Amino acid sequence: MAEAARARKLPLDDKIHTWPHLVRMEFLVALFATVALTLWAMMVDAPLEEPANPTRTPNPSKAPWYFLGLQEMLVYFDPWHAGVVLPTLIIVGLMIIPYIDINPKGSGYYCFKDRKYEILTFFLGFHILWIVTIIIGTFFRGPGWNLFWPWQHWDPHKVVALTNVDLPYLLGFRDYWVSAIVGLLVVAAYFVFGIAAFYFWVLRVKGREFLERWGMVRFTLTAVIFIFMLSLPAKMFLRLVFNVKYILVTPWINI
Amino acid sequence: MSLLQKIKNDIVESHVWKSIFRHGYEDTPRNRVMMVTANVFLHLHPAKVRRHAVRMRFTWCMGGLTFLMFLITAVTGVYLMFYYRPVAEYAFADMKYLETDMPFGMLMRNMHRWAAHAMIVFVWLHMFRVFLTGSYKPPREFNWIVGVLLLVLTLLLSFTGYLLPWDQLAIWAVTVGSNMARATPLLGYEGPFAEFVGANPVYDARAFLFGGGEIGPHTLLRFYILHCIFIPLVASILMAVHFWRIRRDGFSGPSL
Ligand code: HEM
Repeated sequence: MAEAARARKLPLDDKIHTWPHLVRMEFLVALFATVALTLWAMMVDAPLEEPANPTRTPNPSKAPWYFLGLQEMLVYFDPWHAGVVLPTLIIVGLMIIPYIDINPKGSGYYCFKDRKYEILTFFLGFHILWIVTIIIGTFFRGPGWNLFWPWQHWDPHKVVALTNVDLPYLLGFRDYWVSAIVGLLVVAAYFVFGIAAFYFWVLRVKGREFLERWGMVRFTLTAVIFIFMLSLPAKMFLRLVFNVKYILVTPWINI
Repeated sequence: MSLLQKIKNDIVESHVWKSIFRHGYEDTPRNRVMMVTANVFLHLHPAKVRRHAVRMRFTWCMGGLTFLMFLITAVTGVYLMFYYRPVAEYAFADMKYLETDMPFGMLMRNMHRWAAHAMIVFVWLHMFRVFLTGSYKPPREFNWIVGVLLLVLTLLLSFTGYLLPWDQLAIWAVTVGSNMARATPLLGYEGPFAEFVGANPVYDARAFLFGGGEIGPHTLLRFYILHCIFIPLVASILMAVHFWRIRRDGFSGPSL
């Protein structure tokens, strides 16, 4: 290492003393942030409403703003899915990032070119799916969790036609069990085709050598999490364009 | 030697002073290192860091600011605890009392609230920064996991605190937020397959969280203890691990 660095005439060490350089910086930033926070706290009061009353449910009831992305997902999926399965997958998905990303480039510096797909995926998940749903939930949802423009009056009696139907019904299936099987096939097909498409896409963009280096386990984890992530915009699309309520309806679970 | 200097010398050479301060303050390389290594708080840092790690352009200071917000909520939170009782009959009245009658009560409450919100924004931005610089790549994979746990704890800290004012906003936001637990597959009584496990409204995942079938006084006490003791404790331990790992692995940066 050192020999090579000397040969290339690079600095062996670009280290500077923590004191004063880093400590000074931290002190100034902490001072500035504390002053800013104090001023903010002097100007804006934390909310305090009427005393708790378990018999009077406000409409709308909103979770704290940082959870409104999850509450917004409840529009598209049932609570067990939007509230339990997807959050778990988000946490697991975040945790495995260092293990599925084997690109040695882009470690320790900003660079878009070296890590296009990684950064775009993060952007889709974090900025688009997480932040945008929080913004919708915070500013665009009113009584009955109906959509309102921020400047619109919140009319609690707003009439919204319930025109949503299940996908098998839309496709013309009326029998309960036939519909359930069709729904199951659609969900299974989504995953099978999704993962296959992902496979061929990786093959085309990165090549076979990369896939072999990446390995079966990493590929599968990435594909499954990625396809799950895309299921949110997919379901949003089906709902908003075709008024689809559920894709799969069974006595136990609906998706 | 002037009198002032003599007094100063007497102090600095005294047994007491020397037992507290181990080194002088002259700007020598040795003292620069000692400033960090001989100080329990500063020695979270290594004695030397790479040049770019000091730049705000690289870190956005977001990890540090998240930590600062945590410290501010800890300090202001202790102040609030002196006046707040986690009992349904008193909690709301205590909030009113604290806001109107306690010296700096309103300011402390506001700072506590806004610092908690800022902490969430900062921790998200910190994660985004760490992602953009690829700082989770070897050897820092595990610290990223510790980070994700800290992220979850930060959200839970804020969420459990939301209930404590015991006003309409508090109980309904927490009700909506916790309804998910009721839908947990197997463990929540409204979740799929609950009938096979025997979950019911007073015996399921949400009831465990609430200490009963409905949000009530027992929930307030539970959230109070989670908010003031349990989660801060776990988060502090994880932060110690997080910081220790940053020191051990060195700060990420372009290879030399
Ligand atoms: C309570 C929450 C957290 C606190 C107080 C915290 C604090 C810090 C601090 C002070 C640093 C030093 C560098 C900097 O300021 O950027 C740091 C670095 C780091 N953090 Fe966090 N962090 C938290 C949450 C997270 C999260 C959510 C993640 C990722 C999911 C994470 C991953 C990392 C990694 C990998 C490093 C090393 C960065 C490098 O070497 O460039 N941390 N953290």
